[in-house]
Amino acid sequence: MDILELKKMANDIRQRDLRAVFEAGAGHIGGEMSVTDLLTALYFRILNVDPKNPTDPKRDRFILSKGHAALALYVTLSKRGFIDPEEISTFLKPHSRLNGHPNRNKVPGVETNTGPLGHGLPIAVGMAKAAKLSGDTWRTVVITGDGEMQEGSNWEAIMAAAQFGLDNLTLIIDHNRLQQGARLADTNNIAPLPPKLEAFGWAVEEINGNDMEEICAALDASKVVPGKPRCIVAHTNKGNGISFMSDNVAWHHKVPDADQYKQAMAELEEAVS
Amino acid sequence: MSNLSEAKLHDCRDAFTQTLEGMAATNQEIVAVCNDSVGSSKLNGFKDKYPERLVNVGIAEQNMIGVGAGLANGGKIPFVCGAACFLTGRALEQIKADVAYSNTNVKLVGISSGMAYGPLGPTHHSTEDFAWVRAIPNVPIVAPCDSIETAAAVAYAAETTGPIFLRLSREGVPDLLPADYKFELGKAVTLKEGSDVTLIANGILSVRAVKAAELLAAEGISARVLNMATVRPIDRDAIIAAASETGAILTCEEHTIFGGLGSSVAEVVVETVPVPMTRLGVPGIFVPTGTASFLLDEFGMAPEGLAASAKELIKKKKA
Ligand SMILES: Cc1ncc(C[n+]2csc(CCOP(=O)(O)OP(=O)(O)O)c2C)c(N)n1
Ligand SMILES: [Mg+2]
Repeated sequence: MDILELKKMANDIRQRDLRAVFEAGAGHIGGEMSVTDLLTALYFRILNVDPKNPTDPKRDRFILSKGHAALALYVTLSKRGFIDPEEISTFLKPHSRLNGHPNRNKVPGVETNTGPLGHGLPIAVGMAKAAKLSGDTWRTVVITGDGEMQEGSNWEAIMAAAQFGLDNLTLIIDHNRLQQGARLADTNNIAPLPPKLEAFGWAVEEINGNDMEEICAALDASKVVPGKPRCIVAHTNKGNGISFMSDNVAWHHKVPDADQYKQAMAELEEAVS
Repeated sequence: MSNLSEAKLHDCRDAFTQTLEGMAATNQEIVAVCNDSVGSSKLNGFKDKYPERLVNVGIAEQNMIGVGAGLANGGKIPFVCGAACFLTGRALEQIKADVAYSNTNVKLVGISSGMAYGPLGPTHHSTEDFAWVRAIPNVPIVAPCDSIETAAAVAYAAETTGPIFLRLSREGVPDLLPADYKFELGKAVTLKEGSDVTLIANGILSVRAVKAAELLAAEGISARVLNMATVRPIDRDAIIAAASETGAILTCEEHTIFGGLGSSVAEVVVETVPVPMTRLGVPGIFVPTGTASFLLDEFGMAPEGLAASAKELIKKKKA
């Protein structure tokens, strides 16, 4: 897809996500809106994955470590053909495959069951190491939240990845500056992230993670730095695309009321017209 | 017949924080420790009143328990609060080494335990925590049944030196115990006398057990109901009395049937007065999507389901 098509797709995904949160009466809308552009670029431009063969051993591996944004992943997977778009309306309903955190044993395209924060990156290190051991060229990409980076397990994995020279691994940090209850700055401020990753031996790039051109450029395979794992610090806005949610800590998992829903949907529709 | 169905429902987290804030006013050593969970642990009031005594370590549970142990070593009384699933599962070795083995004065407060997070799925359920923590020496485990018992257990924890795990819910429950109830560790409370069978429960299952006993009473079956908030140390005397006096025991819990309340009761029963038992709970699976109440009903723990299981169990009693 070209940049314009990707932007339209991201907008579509945001609209479907918003509607599903409104209808289910639950979801993590802030973190879903911040990560949507990244998911769109990955699934419609970057990742070598095939909905007809979701377990192809040569596929690229992707992990949404911030599993609470599962709905954004489900909608993206449905647009990409991994699951039936109709199924999104079952989100959180009794016996649905689509619960609040992704399950690889139920949902095709999901690589690992996330939800507890700080699990995705160690698993991604294992995946990238496996590709190296087999001499395969597939890539591993993992997205974490920025609050999630407070978990110590991530830093254990960061050290291991550098030691193993995993240049086939890309970590994207969805740096929206907010966590569940407050801003990172008022909780446990781990910013600035780039010098920390660099000190641990990673190649680091900073981008606007809600800008499709910058995302696609940063994720291009040509950006590989031989011998080093890469980290993309993606500066995003939590609630991006919806004015009253944007950069507002209240919207971690709040659900819009009918008026807010109407306004949010109108803003998203306006953005593509 | 009680009016349980019309009774006002309480979120036990409120009883927890009100008690904590009240004690913190007179006891300067009380501190709260959390993991980006100020809101979900209902600590906003505590934060407003005692901002310097709220220690929020960020999303870092292993660190949180270690920090709690250090605070206790420095003379503080830390109430370490977090979603029960992460508090126990993520930091179990810290609980073992830093809290239990080191015997530090840490109060572990598991919030939204059991399946309270419902459709967020098994990663967010804590239905293994009785078993995990019970396997570790030195940590009493308490799952209060209502807001009165929650307040009493929190006060007990603050007044008593040593580790404890308080397993709290967020599901609304009516008050079952009298307002002047005094919590005693390891002592079950008889919610209803009975002679044909005993129902043993704790946490949010106790009210369901009482309702089941009322259904059974309407059919002429006399069911005893024990609220067994303390899972460790288990109340052996109450279990032995129930086995010898009623001849059959049904347990129910918001936990896997492996290693929790039912297992604890069965261990006593087989070694003392063996009688037929039924253990209800999560049947050893990763549960499907659904709310806590939906899932409890699915697993036969609606009052009607409990009553039906009790009737089946009574048939197995020795004549
Ligand atoms: C181990 C663990 N602890 C706590 C939580 C509860 N929790 C869910 S989302 C969240 C905040 C995440 O913040 P961040 O990583 O910045 O994500 P985003 O801002 O993208 O939503 C927390 C604390 C969890 N899911 N896992
Ligand atoms: Mg964030």
